[in-house]
Amino acid sequence: MASKVIHAYYNDDDILMQAVKKVKATKNHIEEVYCPFPVHGLDKAMGLAPTRIAITSFMYGVLGLIVAIVMMNYIMIEDWPQDIGGKPSFTYMENMPAFVPIMFEMTVFFAAHLMVITFYLRSRLWPFKKAENPDPRTTDDHFVMEIEVYGDEKTLMEMLKQSGAVEINKVEK
Amino acid sequence: MASHYEAPIRKPLVIGDKDYHDVSVDISAPIEGRANRQWWIVFSIALAALLWGIGAIIYTISTGIGTWGLNKTVNWAWDITNFVWWVGIGHAGTLISAVLLLFRQKWRMAINRSAEAMTIFSVIQAGLFPIIHMGRPWLAYWVVPIPNQFGSLWVNFNSPLLWDVFAISTYLSVSLVFWWTGLLPDFAMIRDRAVKPFQKKIYGLVSFGWTGRAKDWQRFEEVSLVLAGLATPLVLSVHTIVSFDFATSVIPGWHTTIFPPYFVAGAIFSGFAMVQTLLIIMRKVCQLEAYITVQHIELMNIVIMVTGSIVGCAYITELFIAWYSGVEYEQYAFLNRATGPYWWAYLLMMSCNVVSPQIMWFKKIRTSIVISFIISIVVNVGMWFERFVIIVTSLHRDYLPSSWTMFSPTFVDIGIFIGTIGFFFVLFLLYARTFPVIAQAEVKSILKASGSKYKKLREAGKPLYQMPAIKTGKKEVKAAPKSDEKPEGKVSDLLSKLGSFDPAKDKADDLKKVKGIGPKMETTLNQIGIYTFAQVSKMTKTEYDLLDEITGSFPGRAQRDDWAGQAGKLNKNS
Repeated sequence: MASKVIHAYYNDDDILMQAVKKVKATKNHIEEVYCPFPVHGLDKAMGLAPTRIAITSFMYGVLGLIVAIVMMNYIMIEDWPQDIGGKPSFTYMENMPAFVPIMFEMTVFFAAHLMVITFYLRSRLWPFKKAENPDPRTTDDHFVMEIEVYGDEKTLMEMLKQSGAVEINKVEK
Repeated sequence: MASHYEAPIRKPLVIGDKDYHDVSVDISAPIEGRANRQWWIVFSIALAALLWGIGAIIYTISTGIGTWGLNKTVNWAWDITNFVWWVGIGHAGTLISAVLLLFRQKWRMAINRSAEAMTIFSVIQAGLFPIIHMGRPWLAYWVVPIPNQFGSLWVNFNSPLLWDVFAISTYLSVSLVFWWTGLLPDFAMIRDRAVKPFQKKIYGLVSFGWTGRAKDWQRFEEVSLVLAGLATPLVLSVHTIVSFDFATSVIPGWHTTIFPPYFVAGAIFSGFAMVQTLLIIMRKVCQLEAYITVQHIELMNIVIMVTGSIVGCAYITELFIAWYSGVEYEQYAFLNRATGPYWWAYLLMMSCNVVSPQIMWFKKIRTSIVISFIISIVVNVGMWFERFVIIVTSLHRDYLPSSWTMFSPTFVDIGIFIGTIGFFFVLFLLYARTFPVIAQAEVKSILKASGSKYKKLREAGKPLYQMPAIKTGKKEVKAAPKSDEKPEGKVSDLLSKLGSFDPAKDKADDLKKVKGIGPKMETTLNQIGIYTFAQVSKMTKTEYDLLDEITGSFPGRAQRDDWAGQAGKLNKNS
């Protein structure tokens, strides 16, 4: 895919935010913004959809709770019920108070780990993955806005210069 | 911008004239530099303690638990004391990173990374004790509910000891994941600064290819928030369940309903004390005084004072309830604690945990670094004795006076405990040399709100940023980032600032004497027209950037190694 993109470098988050709003206002498409730290409100300004990762975490938590209940019901009630310290083991509900700690721990275990795994997979993060930031400075103190070029390139360039970019590169992608 | 507003009454959390790049430089300095002598001395001591501990563990396992000082009356002593002590210390990390995140406390950002590291390392120490106490640690997997060769022999889910297994392993693994996820952007920063290929590779590996896209950051923040929400009840549940080990038993002195909240408060108390101990040393050794300020120490002291007072209330409530219950066994257990043969341990616990933190009511004392350090050690000692008092004094005089006895540890008991302290410090010292010890991405995100540089600007009514001046020459559009041709305009631009070299008048210096300039870079500099230290010493940020643009190799290297400063010194010497 031989598409041309412009990398505009900024060295301040406030200038970046203003530039993002300016570029959005002129109906240019911002492909990506690479930041060294989270800039609050940037996702809204760029028009990114809100993340649904918290919802997945809730569902994983429910799954963990179900796994805990099924597991303990099978082990403690169905497979080999025992009289332990006089705690009733005829039905799950009767024995349930003793199972609350494990039910809670399993819920947290599933919700936390599966959510993080989902995050790593969705954001493509794993060992031996190569970083894709266009410039090493984007993890230090520079922000890079990546804009797709189509139509009037000159005015876009001029506008980016005016917006406070410290460096502008044209890159074949 | 309004989002960076912070009430002027709040003291700066980052002092000094720091901008974003300075934060990167300061945080990576301990990693990129070399270990000094003190580090090696402390590391050797910790390693020796660890080796002694390993020896004691091997002796225990090969000979048997009989090598410990346990007897038939006191059948639980240092092992469980050490376990609870280490688990308790492991509570502050998650508390700082999770609970303070939910409360939007910005001061946590300077200390959360190290506190979480401390959590993980101390929970590892805690986990060792139950495994050693099993006697046959290779069968430790029997605590996991797996189908087995004994038919329907399952673990007992009614037992608080099994709850402990689940609670501690969930806590350890979730803390680890929380910690590592927060580390990804910081590892990426180190990776992108790394000069040597080996370091670049290692930090590239551990940063999981973090790129810092806007979407990644959006997810990152959401994941951090949800993990904090999950870790908060988790951390409270862990020590609650540890206290169930005692509270669900029928031993007078253990069988009390106050244990869960009292243990949790005690855990936070001891955990903060340990964070205080470690960070007071670390801020000095790693030169992080600008980030871990006296205000941070003061705030931690306040937490120590508050939780210490809660623990004190719990001690007194226990005594009152023992009397009020009218149960004579319960009454005797507490009378024996305070006035029996272990009165000295009780007195030590009371004075270290209840009395000593009360001096923190005075601002002068809680802002004194030396006193804070001493109190943090005192609290750590006191909290060890709290667990010792609860465990040993409740057991040593049981229902049958003929079996009353005392407990004395053997060298093996002591050796294993010293060994875990050594192991803990080995891990922490290695961490301090290889990990970004402050969550730099988070610190950068609060820098404009809480950094003293920007606070001063805001007070002066000046804008927090300056639009870069539009210079057409400098912002020339490059065709591609990897063009080989040297833009002539920039070279002359650079030389006009540094002064040109006249072979007739001047003598060329050996630029390789500057750390960071190799033979290849020297050739490149000579090609541009830079031959003398005097020229290099005039370089500033703009010139470095210009140079980076011209050479295209090792961006930021010149500034990092401070070529100008080095060249200035060399120029004077020659």
